[in-house]
Amino acid sequence: MIRTIRWQLAVASVVVAIAAAIAAQTAVNLRARGIASGFDFLSRPAGFEIARGLLSFSSRDTYTRALLVGLVNTVRVSLLGIVIATSLGLLVGIARLSEIWIVSTVARTYVEVTRNTPLLLQLLFWYTLTQGLPAAPEALNPLPGVYLCFRGLFLPAPIWRHGFPWIGLERPALVGFGFQGGTSVSPEFAALVIGLSIYTAAFIGETVRGGIMAVGRGQAEAAVAVGLSRLHALRFVVLPQALRVVIPPATNQFLNLFKNSSLAVAIGYPDLMSITNTTLNQTGQAIEAIALAMVVYLAVSLSLAAGMSLYNGSVLRRGGGA
Amino acid sequence: MTPDSNRAPRVPMFRDRTDAIATIAVGIVLACVAYSFARWAVVHAVWHLPADAGSAPCRAVKGEGACWAVVVENVRFMLFGSYPRAEQWRPIVVCLLFVSLYGASLVRALWTRWLLALWIADSAVAVVLLRGGRLGLSEVPTEFWGGLPLTFLLSTAGFTLALPFAVLLALGRRSGLPAIRTLCVGYIEVVRGVPVITFLFMAAVMFPLFTPASVSIDKLLRAQIAFVMVMAAYVAEVIRSGLQAVPRGQYEAAASIGLPFWPAMILVVLPQALRVSIPALVNTFIALFKDTSLVIVIGLFDLLGTAKAVLVDGRWVGFGVEVYLFAASVYFVFCYIVSRFSLRLEQELRRAAGAA
Repeated sequence: MIRTIRWQLAVASVVVAIAAAIAAQTAVNLRARGIASGFDFLSRPAGFEIARGLLSFSSRDTYTRALLVGLVNTVRVSLLGIVIATSLGLLVGIARLSEIWIVSTVARTYVEVTRNTPLLLQLLFWYTLTQGLPAAPEALNPLPGVYLCFRGLFLPAPIWRHGFPWIGLERPALVGFGFQGGTSVSPEFAALVIGLSIYTAAFIGETVRGGIMAVGRGQAEAAVAVGLSRLHALRFVVLPQALRVVIPPATNQFLNLFKNSSLAVAIGYPDLMSITNTTLNQTGQAIEAIALAMVVYLAVSLSLAAGMSLYNGSVLRRGGGA
Repeated sequence: MTPDSNRAPRVPMFRDRTDAIATIAVGIVLACVAYSFARWAVVHAVWHLPADAGSAPCRAVKGEGACWAVVVENVRFMLFGSYPRAEQWRPIVVCLLFVSLYGASLVRALWTRWLLALWIADSAVAVVLLRGGRLGLSEVPTEFWGGLPLTFLLSTAGFTLALPFAVLLALGRRSGLPAIRTLCVGYIEVVRGVPVITFLFMAAVMFPLFTPASVSIDKLLRAQIAFVMVMAAYVAEVIRSGLQAVPRGQYEAAASIGLPFWPAMILVVLPQALRVSIPALVNTFIALFKDTSLVIVIGLFDLLGTAKAVLVDGRWVGFGVEVYLFAASVYFVFCYIVSRFSLRLEQELRRAAGAA
């Protein structure tokens, strides 16, 4: 008993000693460089611009608001990515087990290629593709009011009008070398969402495949025997059972997608990580900025995990336990 | 949980006529894609450029054909970075060393203590060889290291150095001592809950604040430390599940013959736990191998970094697709071979466990 307490004390004091030594040295270094530590910088004006997003932002706004804009962008990319990756992953998982050789081969090739190359490389690749699109004056115009150029995808958007019928459609118009009006999707956002979804879908596809394989073959055969069509057997018998096995590993993939969205910094999309990076470069408050980003990522990760675990519990209860 | 593939329930989708129609439809789409890709990648592709033409012949076929000349002309830079040309035999030897190390690790007959020693020795030799400054080799500072050797070194050394910390963290997480368990759980969960990239930024901008001004740690070394910190947490979770797979009787048997904690762990439990963990460890290594590409955000030039750097040159702006396809194929070859191996190993170990 005494021995175990001594062990714990020893380890704890080593950790505390290292932390204290680092803290003391850091304090000396910060004083030498004239950096005042603390979070005062958060209320100072940021002085940089951020591309238009859900929240309005101007360079006169504070660093707090800039980081908030970044967090909103991170969450937006992650949620959209999770929805697309889940749908695509479900299809891929089913296709991997298809009896049609060509379908399962295509799905397998997709999974192998995406899983065995770095995500960052894939993001840069998609971004490069968008930059190969024509300039605004020669923009592709697949549908009336829809323009695609290397500056992004420009779409008509509904706007409120004073007179009847109150709602109108505003089409983007070419002004100089860009488009104005309507709504738009930036190439950085598109590359990030496409890259994250395609990468994560390959992993989700494999968990879906594992889930389906864990459901006994007899289940599908029994469903067909009682007269369900093959598609209905999949939809109402096999997939609901597979879901229970799939949720925990799929949760991990959702968390990975959320964390991987920080690679936005490499293609210049203003997510939380990019804005943290800009903030620490401008203010020199490296420790505070990185610590803040870590806390926020950790908090969102933990709440996402807790939420999925609640959902998993409810699925298990509904299904009467796995 | 997953039965053998020959017992796998095939998903009921289509039969007979629908099956045939689907095959033909997918086949036609595939053929069209393959045809236009072949036209771009082979028929209209430019492989070589005349000496003084710049990239003009490539620009002429842009959109129609691939410019493989960008890869041909820059292949040395992409593979070895800005390492001095006259000394490039050194990164070549380093690459061969690592490739043969991975090759040897794929042969189960060679799985001995010596192989583990080789993993440590290889990284050390690579550092000495790349760095120089002794044995009559000229010194090459780490700013000039780049390309494939950097990818190999960061992942191999990172994995090897993380392993002992990971074992300690995994044991600590299962420890009965609350203070130690809390520390280990806290570390593992925090590291796994934040993006890897935050640790790289930490290495780039925070580590210099931690040391006295007289000590300046090389940027590459700082990145390596960040990877070790991150990998230790991920590998710890893999080893933890390996430890859980060791039957309770083994712990008890070791205790009953009077072995104290550490000898019991080192001689009895860990060898079994690590053996079970090998397939998952291999997968973690693949993930690390791919993740080393993140160093480009702090300005180091691994294989992806050199590929990206080629595109900064005015001549090659706009030929990203070709360059990235080349880099992707290099990554793919390594990761695919290793992942196939891990899959086969998993099946073999499962069969062995089933037979036992």
